[in-house]
Amino acid sequence: MFEAVAFYLFAFLTVVMFSITVFTKQALYALTSLAAGMIFISAFYFILGADFLGAVQIIVYTGAVMALYAFAMMFFDTTRDVKEHTRSPQIVFLLGGMVALLIVIIFAVPIVSENITANYPVAEGVGNSQAVGIVLFTKYLVPFEVAAVMLLVAMVAGIVLAGKKMDHSLTLMEDEEIEFAEKSNEKAVS
Amino acid sequence: MDMAFLIETIVKIVVILLVFSALAGFGTYFERKVLAFMQRRLGPMHVGPYGLLQIAADGIKLFTKEDIVPQNVVAPIFKIAPVITAATAFMAAAAIPFMPSFTMFGYEVHPIVADINIGILYILGVMGAGLYGPLLGGLASANKWSLISTARAASIFISYEVITGLALLAPLMMVGSLSLIDFNTYQAGGFGDWIVWSQPVAFVLFVIAGFAETGRTPFHLVANDHEIIDGFGTEYSGMRWGLFFIGEYANMFFISFVIAIIFLGGYGDGSGLGALALLAKVSFIFFFFLWTRAAWPDIRPDQLMWLCWKVLMPIAVINIVITGIVMMF
Repeated sequence: MFEAVAFYLFAFLTVVMFSITVFTKQALYALTSLAAGMIFISAFYFILGADFLGAVQIIVYTGAVMALYAFAMMFFDTTRDVKEHTRSPQIVFLLGGMVALLIVIIFAVPIVSENITANYPVAEGVGNSQAVGIVLFTKYLVPFEVAAVMLLVAMVAGIVLAGKKMDHSLTLMEDEEIEFAEKSNEKAVS
Repeated sequence: MDMAFLIETIVKIVVILLVFSALAGFGTYFERKVLAFMQRRLGPMHVGPYGLLQIAADGIKLFTKEDIVPQNVVAPIFKIAPVITAATAFMAAAAIPFMPSFTMFGYEVHPIVADINIGILYILGVMGAGLYGPLLGGLASANKWSLISTARAASIFISYEVITGLALLAPLMMVGSLSLIDFNTYQAGGFGDWIVWSQPVAFVLFVIAGFAETGRTPFHLVANDHEIIDGFGTEYSGMRWGLFFIGEYANMFFISFVIAIIFLGGYGDGSGLGALALLAKVSFIFFFFLWTRAAWPDIRPDQLMWLCWKVLMPIAVINIVITGIVMMF
């Protein structure tokens, strides 16, 4: 009974939160409801007994959405509405709706045809995090390592892109030095 | 899931809420007294004996002050932000074993709300989510000081979460479990078994990251009074501001419990003496938070990032590698 109540409560909350994310024009509402929705999703993992994935969901997505907030802070005045330039809302709605419908069908078909079997059922007497670890480091070892290498590549690329002036610190420079640096930059650009 | 379980859980939740809300109030009193002692002042003296009733006076002030929602703020987010800070602090407490289990009226009580087997991961995740409070509060109030404080909150969150996780990995590898109760049983042998002796580096890193996550001096950059007024709290008044405060102090107590259980032996073998020892350790760590505030100045944001990425993170990674090598051979 508790599980059913919790499921419907969190299903309702998640759908409402993500709807707000899509429909609002306020960057702050969108981001906050996105974060809330992501955290509510973790409830489903806890209901299913996948505690480890639930906690990881909270940790990963609070951090990820936090990075989005940082972007919102840089690009918008978050206390004002964002002006959206959509030429034809009908086409946007149609395409978005089609994709959403397709995804629902893709996930619903195996459930309807009852073709789902667990390829790697949870081993008895093994804790939650151990079970994830066993599958991750045997069956999925190669994808796991490839993902790690890709993240490393992204990190190195990010440092190269952002690191051109890393030997200067604006905090430690005097005002004249900063002005001088800006002028020499302008010359270099022109 | 029977009725007794439900009632027991609700009673535990209510007790934790009441005890730690009250402790948050006492925390402010201790902080003032300790700071005053270290700065050769008296601190609060006028309300009640030794200023003890100052807590009540503060409470009355916070509860009765007019609740102002200024112009141009994003009202719903502005109102919900303090609730997030306070609520997540108490939600994190669900997986902390506050005492060894004891028998009361012939009924065995486990003083932990939910003994989930990923306890420490859950606590850190939910405590991390607590930083949404300062973040949203700062973004929603139309104030530039608040915005600066928000930017700092975001950068601290993203960087120091890494240190907490990496610092914990080494003790986790030794214990082989994420449950705080397993951490405690691992160290139940006594003083010599404490993880702090085998993992001193991880201990120091975790305490430093704890200071950053609770936003205490020397990492008190999100609400640095002398440069950005009160940061995210500038526009808040009355009980909304009070909720931020309760959240901050509750977080300090809970992180003290986590440090004591993971590194300092927790409640030991589970006797009454062990429970008292846990309380003593927690009090000392709380005192250490205040001591640091009295002794250290705040550092600059760029120094904070430098410390995190160029000093602490390499040390944490090296610590994990060494732990792994030692465990393998």
